[in-house]
Amino acid sequence: MLAYLIRRLLNAVVTLLVVTLVTFGVFFLVPKATGSDPALLYIGKQADPVAVEGIRTKLGLNDPIIVQYGKFVKGIVAGRDYANGPDVTHCSAPCLGYTFKTNQEVWPILIKALPVTISLAIGAAVLWVLMGILFGVISALRRGSVWDRGVMTVALAGVSLPIYFTGLLALTIFVYGLDWLPNPEYTPFVDNPAKWFSGLILPWVTLAFLFAATYARLTRANMLETLGEDYIRTARAKGLRESTVIGKHGLRSGLTPLVTVFGLDLGALLGGAILTEAVFNLRGLGYWALNGIRTNDLPTILGVTLFAAFFIVIMNLIVDLLYGVIDPRVRLG
Amino acid sequence: MTTTPESVAGANPRPYLEVKDLNIRFETDDGIVQAVSGSSFSLEKGKTLGIVGESGSGKSVTSLGVLGLHRTRSNAKVTGEIWLDGEELVTSTDEKVRLLRGGKMAMIFQDPLSAMHPYFTVGSQIVEAYRVHHPRASKKEARERAIDMLARVGIPQPERRFSDYAHQFSGGMRQRAMIAMALINDPQLLIADEPTTALDVTVQAQILDLIRDLQEEFGSAVIMITHDLGVVAELADDVLVMYGGKIIEKGNAVDVFQNPQHPYTWGLLGSMPRLDRAVRDRLTPVKGTPPSLINLPDGCAFHPRCPFAGRNGTRSFTEVPLLRDAEVGNGHMVACHLPKEDRTKIFQQEVLPNL
Amino acid sequence: MSENLLEVTGLEKHFPITKGLLKRQVGAVRAVDGIDLQVRAGETLGLVGESGCGKSTAGRLFTRILEPTAGKILFAGQDISHKSVNQMRPLRRDVQMIFQDPYSSLNPRHTVGSIIAAPLQIQSIPTPQGTKKAVQELLELVGLNPEHYNRYPHEFSGGQRQRIGIARALALRPKMIVADEPVSALDVSIQAQVVNLLDDLQREFDLTYVFIAHDLSVVRHISDRVAVMYLGKVVEIADRDDLYKNPRHPYTVALMSAVPVPDPVRRDRAQRERVLLTGDVPSPINPPSGCRFRTRCWKAQDICATEEPPLVTRLDDPQSHQTACHFPIVDDEQVAGRRPASAPA
Ligand SMILES: Nc1ncnc2c1ncn2[C@@H]1O[C@H](COP(=O)(O)OP(=O)(O)OP(=O)(O)O)[C@@H](O)[C@H]1O
Ligand SMILES: Nc1ncnc2c1ncn2[C@@H]1O[C@H](COP(=O)(O)OP(=O)(O)O)[C@@H](O)[C@H]1O
Ligand code: SF4
Ligand code: SF4
Ligand SMILES: [Mg+2]
Ligand SMILES: [Mg+2]
Repeated sequence: MLAYLIRRLLNAVVTLLVVTLVTFGVFFLVPKATGSDPALLYIGKQADPVAVEGIRTKLGLNDPIIVQYGKFVKGIVAGRDYANGPDVTHCSAPCLGYTFKTNQEVWPILIKALPVTISLAIGAAVLWVLMGILFGVISALRRGSVWDRGVMTVALAGVSLPIYFTGLLALTIFVYGLDWLPNPEYTPFVDNPAKWFSGLILPWVTLAFLFAATYARLTRANMLETLGEDYIRTARAKGLRESTVIGKHGLRSGLTPLVTVFGLDLGALLGGAILTEAVFNLRGLGYWALNGIRTNDLPTILGVTLFAAFFIVIMNLIVDLLYGVIDPRVRLG
Repeated sequence: MTTTPESVAGANPRPYLEVKDLNIRFETDDGIVQAVSGSSFSLEKGKTLGIVGESGSGKSVTSLGVLGLHRTRSNAKVTGEIWLDGEELVTSTDEKVRLLRGGKMAMIFQDPLSAMHPYFTVGSQIVEAYRVHHPRASKKEARERAIDMLARVGIPQPERRFSDYAHQFSGGMRQRAMIAMALINDPQLLIADEPTTALDVTVQAQILDLIRDLQEEFGSAVIMITHDLGVVAELADDVLVMYGGKIIEKGNAVDVFQNPQHPYTWGLLGSMPRLDRAVRDRLTPVKGTPPSLINLPDGCAFHPRCPFAGRNGTRSFTEVPLLRDAEVGNGHMVACHLPKEDRTKIFQQEVLPNL
Repeated sequence: MSENLLEVTGLEKHFPITKGLLKRQVGAVRAVDGIDLQVRAGETLGLVGESGCGKSTAGRLFTRILEPTAGKILFAGQDISHKSVNQMRPLRRDVQMIFQDPYSSLNPRHTVGSIIAAPLQIQSIPTPQGTKKAVQELLELVGLNPEHYNRYPHEFSGGQRQRIGIARALALRPKMIVADEPVSALDVSIQAQVVNLLDDLQREFDLTYVFIAHDLSVVRHISDRVAVMYLGKVVEIADRDDLYKNPRHPYTVALMSAVPVPDPVRRDRAQRERVLLTGDVPSPINPPSGCRFRTRCWKAQDICATEEPPLVTRLDDPQSHQTACHFPIVDDEQVAGRRPASAPA
């Protein structure tokens, strides 16, 4: 078990290295290929060539790509110095470099954005898991009924409507129209839990609607499959109450496949819910990702990518470990 | 033994299990599946009833019907009467039938791997079966009882195996565990639906031996469902032969094997190579294939495959033969239009020499 | 008897068990672990044994669907043990296989016509009256309606699908057919139809069969000789009547006595005479030392754990009857009701 864990963690580190290498490659090579120079992005197009060359040396842009990558990784682990002769800027670990436009350290920006994204993702996750499972199970039990068809129609809408549509619709109705809710904004939980809640409820519901739809459909399909299994018949033949048959024997295997999906979804969301954050103007990782792309800010993009990859890898690991606990047939090792 | 109407009139008004005119049908997208039509049979405690027939002939549906397991299916319709120990089950409430299930009547299924929950330990599944019918029993009592039962069905090191999962058991062990689970509440009626079909012969022999032992010990009534005539001959006191959802022959096991009355039963016996006979040059199979229960052939459902269908005018093609006394004694019954003399003659002259 | 069509010596197939990222081999399933046998031209050799004993693997080796880990396979005098797929192609005409599951062995998206025609096309066999005609003749031969040429497998019943599988195997007019549990999935009445069909075809085309099954009665009906397998080895082989009359290996005896007799009158006697084995077949990953049956054998002695019994003629059996047991069952030996007192570790 321990050996397995260590192996998986090493695996995770290797995966992260590969992800950064690829991202690094793409984001630093593509500008080169298209002729746009990162150094120019830092100090503007009209800068004099000496200054540009200075920046270039300072950022190490003249080094071979692999050396640049090595320095980048070293920056994350141990911090790094950007030096052009006597002009030295120290960036302490973990260092993801400086934004091009505003010349700020990337890491603190992202760390500040992280609670926003986490609050958004976790809150929405709780909602969509509860709603998705509830509606999915009821639909499965009342298969073919009016209820089932209704839920599945709404679910289909949920899956196919884009978030900027539902999000804007919700904003228009509940904030600007009915004025039931404040304009969504992030207040740290520790500062004011009530404001934290009221400021996030709309983004949660909007995001959860999208996912709950998928989860309801998945749950329904899994439950239907499970309820047709022989061991459900056995459970009934033992004389168990229908509530035990469904609630214990049915849910236990009907929901297991959801664990994988949930882990991956949550992992992906923790890397930034780009559209939701944009629609509700929340400054989470997704906001910075979008900002980075819009302004061609390579260090930010690289940083957000790294965060996203980190969450996906970690959630994957957690899912695999959980599976070993949930399903005794999956042996670790 | 099948109780004939005369003996019913005595002190005991009903046999332990009595099924009367049982009909079970399913509404499906392809049409109505008439899985069981007009089944009647009865069984006393301590006796074994064998039900044989090809796949799809309605054996499992009948047994699930007795257990009331079609109640959870919205597309199933069950009519008729099922009397268990003086209580009618078809018209009874869901809750009453549930309390009988796993208590007074229990069932063993064909494939023990898929019939056990993969995520719960074998022991906990047995404990659950005990506690649902003994709500006042403590966890510890239930556990002890389950371990006793596992030991009783021949599982070595039952304390240790208690916390294993079904996939960690071998096929034979799984079926033993399944039997332990079915017997944990001392059921008076045990239904075994092809309990050995998925097992090797040597393991099958062990399991049949176990069922026989346990029946002797507990004196319960057993319904043994199988497609293997050998298994029926090993265990059953009475035999029902099913074809196309109907009982087409019913009688004492010795009579059914020695003096079978229905052309389909002859066909089954002729199809089977037997170790206790000299090698035959050729088997005598039944031609054609079993019918679909969505549209059964008119008249006798067996007529497209029956070599004797034309021997008796056109009745076989137009009129459904009812299960009636075969006139050979011992309550032996058959659903065939052939008169007794013809059946006897055909069996003696055309069928028996080829068996 | 005629010459050997198939001859295998020391045949082994081990499936490696690997672990971890680097697929380190940590052991092997010894599915077939050293078998020697011959199949004579024109005969039917039955292969019986409990599930997992290696019957199917052996069949797949005979037809060279699998490559052996060790040992030699001679087919019609040619060594085919390690021939490549290309080198095997001309030989595929002569050796065909029929599978157990009539549902999964036919591609559901192909018509029956194209399923049966496939081997003809792969081998580019000239069909004078056209492929369709050839296929329809085959359909008729196996008792199917030639009009059903354009139907799909799901439109047929299990028995009919098994006939389609037989027609496909027959298309190339092979010399030998390895039939892996061809009737196990079928109902008794249908089973007899297929058994009779196989019988007829053998007579008509002078076929050699290897008939794999776990049902001892069916094997007895169809075979000329029978080999009994246990945990990857042949433990006894003999002419059919000889084997069923004088089984020598304790396992063969147990296997035969376990078959339920369809005669309620003899029920009590059958029960009295039955040898009930305890326990299960051990794992083929780690088979017992010496004789593999010793953990369940009531006759086991110390030597059984240390010395593997060779497959040789025992007692005063005919040359064709070979048994791998140190203490073969003698005539009139009382075996009934015996159970191993305690299995030696
Ligand atoms: N829930 C259901 N809905 C519709 N049809 C059903 C249902 N359950 C069973 N049937 C049909 O009822 C018929 C009898 O089924 P049953 O399972 O009793 O056969 P069986 O004799 O036990 O066969 P086998 O040997 O294959 O188990 C079959 O045609 C089957 O397709
Ligand atoms: N591809 C494979 N990989 C690993 N093990 C296998 C494979 N095929 C067969 N086996 C194992 O080999 C043994 C013999 O298998 P098989 O020949 O299929 O048995 P039988 O046909 O007698 O039921 C079994 O333990 C089986 O699990
Ligand atoms: S009624 Fe006619 S068709 Fe049916 S079994 Fe009797 S003889 Fe055959
Ligand atoms: S060699 Fe020994 S253990 Fe093996 S079968 Fe013979 S007597 Fe039994
Ligand atoms: Mg069944
Ligand atoms: Mg096999």
